[in-house]
Amino acid sequence: MEPLLTKYVREPNAFTLDFYLQHEGYEGLRKALALKPDEVIEIVKASGLRGRGGAGFPAGMKWQFVDKKTPKPKYIACNADESEPGTFKDHLLLERNPHLVIEGCAIGCHAIGAKVAYIYIRGEFVHVQDVVERAIAEAYARGFLGKNIFGTGFDCDVHVHRGAGAYEAGEETALLESLEGKRAQPRNKPPFPALVGLYNCPTAVNNVETLSNVPFILRKGAEWFAGLGPEKNGGPKLYCVSGHVRRPGVYEASMDITLRELIEGRAGGVREGRTLKGVIPGGSSVPILLPDQLDAQASFDGVQKAGSLLGSAAIIVFDDTTCMVWLAENLLHFYRHESCGKCTPCREGTDWLHRILHRIESGKGQMGDLDLLASVAANVGGKTLCAFGDAAVTPVVTGLKHFRHEYESHIREGRCTLPAPWRGQRSAGAH
Amino acid sequence: MSFHPTMAYDATFHKSARPLLEEGPAFAFTPGNRARFDEIVKRYPPDRRRSAVLPALYMAQYQQGYITANAIRHVAELVGITRAEVEDVVSFYTMFYTRPVGKYVLQVCRTLSCALNGAERVTDAIGSALGIKPGETDSTGTFTLMEVECLGACDRAPTIMVNDAWHECQRPEDVGRLLDDLRARGDAALSGCHHVIEGRKA
Repeated sequence: MEPLLTKYVREPNAFTLDFYLQHEGYEGLRKALALKPDEVIEIVKASGLRGRGGAGFPAGMKWQFVDKKTPKPKYIACNADESEPGTFKDHLLLERNPHLVIEGCAIGCHAIGAKVAYIYIRGEFVHVQDVVERAIAEAYARGFLGKNIFGTGFDCDVHVHRGAGAYEAGEETALLESLEGKRAQPRNKPPFPALVGLYNCPTAVNNVETLSNVPFILRKGAEWFAGLGPEKNGGPKLYCVSGHVRRPGVYEASMDITLRELIEGRAGGVREGRTLKGVIPGGSSVPILLPDQLDAQASFDGVQKAGSLLGSAAIIVFDDTTCMVWLAENLLHFYRHESCGKCTPCREGTDWLHRILHRIESGKGQMGDLDLLASVAANVGGKTLCAFGDAAVTPVVTGLKHFRHEYESHIREGRCTLPAPWRGQRSAGAH
Repeated sequence: MSFHPTMAYDATFHKSARPLLEEGPAFAFTPGNRARFDEIVKRYPPDRRRSAVLPALYMAQYQQGYITANAIRHVAELVGITRAEVEDVVSFYTMFYTRPVGKYVLQVCRTLSCALNGAERVTDAIGSALGIKPGETDSTGTFTLMEVECLGACDRAPTIMVNDAWHECQRPEDVGRLLDDLRARGDAALSGCHHVIEGRKA
């Protein structure tokens, strides 16, 4: 498949409006504005576009659920928080192709009857924010945003909102809280944002990559888009491959590609002399897959069938030098730090899990700790307001399932049994 | 009583830990920042000025280097919420500093993809070159070392964020050169983001 989203990202000045207009820029919006909002939603539904943020929920359905009868304003909130470990695709789109997502926001506004879209960009993407703000200013200056766009009477404002360092802000209701000027903590659902979202108004929260696909669907049609991938997994997909591979990066492909082709083909496989030990295929929150499971199709449904989730398509690869207790400790350090603190099981449980893992990793664990890990994990997963709790226990649960022997040898030998040379002094403790 | 039979609520790590903030000198936005704030607040509905609290806090931090109790009072007045509500926000988000930091804040990404590529060694190397631990500032006030969670730059691991800019593919053995270069040339020492192929932005 020829790249669509990333076709021009390596060309100089690809982020400018002039460049974008030379490549069918804002044609999708022009077409959308000639249609009724419901017709736009029908096209996006027919395309089968699934949300690229992690859950894979059909984007057209999300728009359809927005309550359009209420006199309240409606909003699009574009999720550019990109904070799932291993994910760096939206960064590329925003940096090199910002008008694509701006056009997607405007089309989304037309579809759901909104006049304002907020692009919530994570605080660490300072340079990205500059690019997007300049692109928005260009779009206003040339009449693609603002009042009476294309003379159709459609008004649309797009604003950037900068986050300030919180993984949880990527959860859609926590993002809305943060946009409202509060702590990024999730809300109880239902009601879903489509009914009660930003400022208690109906809101569609869509990922950057999801919205970036929308202009193509309007330009070239739903059928064409659906035909780009396997059934129910249409369109192009961006994959982020990182970790122990020769060529880490963002790779665009149809979802009929396999995980193995992405890792061994596109990303060049693991380094000379090393062998692949495992893969986390969808960001740190999803179950680990083993080398013999990599022939699975890298689609939402294919990865699920293999026993994991495609999530944000962040494929983290680790080779045979990686200690699995260390890996779990590293990720639980992340979850413990990023737990928003709203739900007790998550706030306390992630800290407990981290402490138990740390003591096993540093050689002070006991065999009873393995059952304790499982027991604490069972008291966190499924017992929190948002999916964070399930995500946080996944590295522990799947690590214990596939690599229990490594945990046991740490405890038996009283030290880390796989202290790799790339690790630091503190974490390696025993070596 | 804890919800788990054998684990006690004795976690020392809480986002809600609340050390008293430094009062700091009297604080008000510069006229330029005030004008910018008045523009930014227009992005939100008139009865939703609270949405401007994050941008206002960023401006306070850029103006003064860190957030003090007086800065919080000023932001609370402008936004129209209580000081406690502003402090609630400040204490939650990791990018607001409530203590003075060095001229260059070196934030080494420590999460999995960076760690698999040697980030722990980068942190160790910076720490030993400066004689400080993560969270500390060196004696000259030039560098603050921090470890941060995933920066979203996993394809250029390990990545360090230096103030607002990125420095990609940092190797532990090159840390000494980076520190010298920062002292001599400032931001020009940094690689920036590899996606910017048109050359460094002003």
